[in-house]
Amino acid sequence: MSRVSLPSASLLPAAVCCLGLLLGACGHRETGVERGIREQVLHRGLGSDVAELDPHLITGLAEINVVSALFEGLVAEDPRDLHPVPGVAERWDVSPDNRVYTFHLRPTARWSNNAQVTASDFVASFRRVLTRGLAADYATLLYVVANAEAYHKGRLTDFAQVGFAAPDERTLRITLTNPVPYFLSLLTHPAWFPVYPPALEGAGPPDRRGSRWTRPETIVGNGPFVLKEWRPNQVLIVSKSPTYWDAAAVRLQAIHFHPIDSVDTEERAFRAGQLHLTEALPVGKVDSYRRHEPTVLRIEPFLGTYFYRLNVTQPFLNDKKVRRALLLAIDRQVIVEKITRGGQQPATSFVPPAFAGYAPPGDARRDVAAARQLLAEAGYPGGQGLPAFDILFNTSENHRLIAEAVQEMWRRELGVKIRLVNMEQKTVLETRRALDYQILRSVWSADYLDPTSFLGVFASDSGNNHTGWADARYDALLQEAALTADPAARADLLRRAESMLLDEAPLIPIYYYTTVRLVHPSVQGWYPTPLDHHPYKHIWLEN
Amino acid sequence: MFRFLVRRLLQTVPVLFVILTATFFMVRFVPGGPFTAEKSVAPEIQRNLEAYYGLNQPLWRQYLDYLGRLAHGDLGPSFKYTNRTVNEIIADKLPVSLELGAEALVIALALGLTAGIVAALRRNTWIDYAASSLAMTGICVPTFVMGPLLVLLFAIQLGWLNASGWYAWPDRLLPALTLGFVYAAYIARLTRGGMLEVLHQDFIRTARAKGASEIRIVFHHALRGALLPVVSFLGPAIAGILTGSFVIETIFQIPGLGREFVNSAFNRDYTLVLGTVILYATLLIALNLAVDIVLVWLNPRLKFE
Repeated sequence: MSRVSLPSASLLPAAVCCLGLLLGACGHRETGVERGIREQVLHRGLGSDVAELDPHLITGLAEINVVSALFEGLVAEDPRDLHPVPGVAERWDVSPDNRVYTFHLRPTARWSNNAQVTASDFVASFRRVLTRGLAADYATLLYVVANAEAYHKGRLTDFAQVGFAAPDERTLRITLTNPVPYFLSLLTHPAWFPVYPPALEGAGPPDRRGSRWTRPETIVGNGPFVLKEWRPNQVLIVSKSPTYWDAAAVRLQAIHFHPIDSVDTEERAFRAGQLHLTEALPVGKVDSYRRHEPTVLRIEPFLGTYFYRLNVTQPFLNDKKVRRALLLAIDRQVIVEKITRGGQQPATSFVPPAFAGYAPPGDARRDVAAARQLLAEAGYPGGQGLPAFDILFNTSENHRLIAEAVQEMWRRELGVKIRLVNMEQKTVLETRRALDYQILRSVWSADYLDPTSFLGVFASDSGNNHTGWADARYDALLQEAALTADPAARADLLRRAESMLLDEAPLIPIYYYTTVRLVHPSVQGWYPTPLDHHPYKHIWLEN
Repeated sequence: MFRFLVRRLLQTVPVLFVILTATFFMVRFVPGGPFTAEKSVAPEIQRNLEAYYGLNQPLWRQYLDYLGRLAHGDLGPSFKYTNRTVNEIIADKLPVSLELGAEALVIALALGLTAGIVAALRRNTWIDYAASSLAMTGICVPTFVMGPLLVLLFAIQLGWLNASGWYAWPDRLLPALTLGFVYAAYIARLTRGGMLEVLHQDFIRTARAKGASEIRIVFHHALRGALLPVVSFLGPAIAGILTGSFVIETIFQIPGLGREFVNSAFNRDYTLVLGTVILYATLLIALNLAVDIVLVWLNPRLKFE
């Protein structure tokens, strides 16, 4: 066979070399992070992409993290502990019965088109949230206001009877049905943010979903930043707003939000100097960062609880003693030390110990002897006579590892047999709705800074209960707490409610969440906060 | 040829219709819906949502409505991205996937054909062994290993490129290389095999006896026959590059359609599932047709039938 000499044989390595030279010629490239420090541009990883920027329609934390840069409510959040501080309202008065709040709007509060932020803008926004057609997920947060629930459910058609009033353009009065001790904190949720009515009207009917007013061309906000660019799945850019009332205090010139679905990809982007902040960190990398780069690793408590729901409508699990035995036999310390490994704390209650003035009862401790005793009292000594239960979880390696650990603990300590069942996430949720499970991996995180954000889940009229458990005494304690003005007495009632919940054990707390992320040392003004909110007006970059 | 084309195009209509109908009903029978979430939506809000999207209508009614809108080229609003329509999402993201696919294909062809031809011409030399081993590696190493390895080297160690994103042209290099390399490996093996077979045939000996230059023999006489298996492979390969870009798009955070295709199913974004399925089905049918035409053109023994 004859040979031909072809130049292509050496083409490949040559091409690679050329490419290398071409790129290498630049020497050290200035990374996005370095340029960001120079220009005060923060690059933040966002996890999954934002689906929507309408403050009244958003549901996820990623969206809240962007929207809080673009809008501001009556009150804002303190960067250290998120307690309510003046926002659009420069001050407020509360009536002696704690039911009427009068907010005085600051004259310097402006929309990004320089129009004044008025009390009637707020009223129009609240009305929009309560419109049925908009079907805002968090409309229920406004139910604390007098007649809001009736209006939203269509029992009342006259909006003037709902407890919102704007006596003049700088005064807003909100009347509550009952005193709500955490009302100001509630106001920091985006469902309470104002929107600029003319901007909505320009983009179609303001009370309809699917409006395009949140596109960069049309959006009008009142926050410290304005939306410049929104390229889905790629980047979302906000830049400092010149019309914001506190613009002098805002040090960042812009924020680039990078939606990155994969935590591994996000970690690589951080290492390549593209991000100042990641949204998460792969579990397998935590130890390595702890050893080699502890300065960039941030582990902060988060107001969320990982727990198992027990379906009390199922045979055997309808016996409180069986449920309680299962709750007592779990070694939570082993789970957080060996499996989750991200600084999580063993959950001895449902409510994390992070609310000021509320100490959770902490009754969900490991007590194997008591667990065995309870199981024997229930008539199943050593697990005899009990069928195998299913633990259902959505497909994920971590959920499986935890379920395997629990399976082994229950087998060893109680002789209870467990099968592991995994399904795709939405299928799990549908199974949960139908109460077609026995034991279900679950999570709950707070929407606002009050223990009721957790305890309300297991009220009998709660849409999030999903265990079949209902107890009038529990509901009565919550109701009594809602009507109690004295903080200590109220906390005591809530603690009694939670004690009862842990004693009845329709759920088994396992651990309290943490946020685990990488933070570049140049990021200043970033504090650990329980809801993982970080007001951007207080953040700047400095080496 | 005209009759062939018309007949094939007519065949695609019922095929697409069956795919569309099956998908429409299958996604509806999957448990959960677009508004199923960890934190349950209040029942009255759920009802309002369903009314807004017409999900409270009987299924056959929704199906007919969908067909009606589809006839006007309207794929409907997305459930997840409330202020975007499926048409917009596809218009936004399909070009990205096409660009990535085209670049990967160019790399695959350039590397694969070169390596395959050289390996065949230098059979059983170190060049052949090197090219074949490289091709074998390319086939064996999955993209989710190859991608992060390239990132580790070029983005993190050398700092030449971004680790992820789709901002400027250098961001195209690593993903296109990762995606193209696998296909380059297959193409190299197919080209080598095809070349070896053709180079042994009589007409090559005749050409050589007539004194044709080696370059002319390779490119004019041999390659055309040697490429037949490669072309047959390219049809499904292009389809695979387009639909299979999910992994690459995730590893490199590329705003392409491949991820929407997969994620829409997890999100139960009914309209987006249907839109992407229809689009990909159409693309696959068109590609298969194109391959058939090219094969007839390359191989005179085949006829349009």
